[in-house]
Amino acid sequence: MEGITSEAFILGCSAIGAGLAAIAGIGPGIGQGYAAGKAAEGVGRQPEAQGDIIRTMILGQAVAETTGIYGLVIAIILLFVRPLMGAL
Amino acid sequence: MQFINSLTEEVVIPPTIINSFIVVILLSIFAIYVSSRIKKADPNEKPSGFLNIIEILVEGINSFVESTMGKKFNNFAPYIGTLALYLGVANLLGLVGLTPPTSDYSIPFTLAIMTFVLTQFYAIKYKGGGGYIKSFFEPIWFLFPINIVGELANPVSLSFRLFGNILSGVIIMGLVYNALGFAAPIITPFFHGYFDVFAGLIQTFIFIMLTMVFVSMATE
Repeated sequence: MEGITSEAFILGCSAIGAGLAAIAGIGPGIGQGYAAGKAAEGVGRQPEAQGDIIRTMILGQAVAETTGIYGLVIAIILLFVRPLMGAL
Repeated sequence: MQFINSLTEEVVIPPTIINSFIVVILLSIFAIYVSSRIKKADPNEKPSGFLNIIEILVEGINSFVESTMGKKFNNFAPYIGTLALYLGVANLLGLVGLTPPTSDYSIPFTLAIMTFVLTQFYAIKYKGGGGYIKSFFEPIWFLFPINIVGELANPVSLSFRLFGNILSGVIIMGLVYNALGFAAPIITPFFHGYFDVFAGLIQTFIFIMLTMVFVSMATE
């Protein structure tokens, strides 16, 4: 293993880090699916409250999504802004 | 995304800023057209066609704001309506091949800062100065730093949500267009439907909904 430049090393490690950061999407996926399932149950029990249930569900899902979006933003920053290159 | 090119020392304006001005100009033309139609209309007759749709839109936003924030915030409807129109048109701009302005962090962050300032303003107005400071020391005094961080995290999470959703849509659309090449026009309409129309309108709804919830929560 010789001839690997430090730029290439940082690029590769940034790509791995971006992939790891995107794993954060698992949590919101499970949470949003759970919220949608409960909302479907609620609509099945009380069809006349459908509008309110959907509105509350979307609001809760949006808040639950925040952690996943943080992971996504970190992945995008690692891939496109490459802040670690400045440390060389 | 630098405003000054370091090699040639020219000022570079990113396309997202130009697109945001396109949205503003489109909405201004729309507003001028609607107001000229309203001035010509006869108030004693039933509204017809185009004006009917505008009336449904305005009444929908009024009743939406009233049902979410209560009667005392009736004066909030114009701001929420403006926000909804701007974000809706801005997010749908990807359909005509332009970069949506909301995929540049400056614009979601500006809107989130506006929400943050409104939240603090209404909190001080309804709780008074003393009550506002006291609300940071609740339920126990040593939670003060956590309350401060929690308050400052609101605009960050609000803007990252909009920015992350739209930017991920733009990036995935770019990847799909590059990967498919000449076959792109056959397959991409589905992706446009999801990332531009569905995600864009849902994020618009969530942004205005969270703005209203934050402001009405601050007054309690």
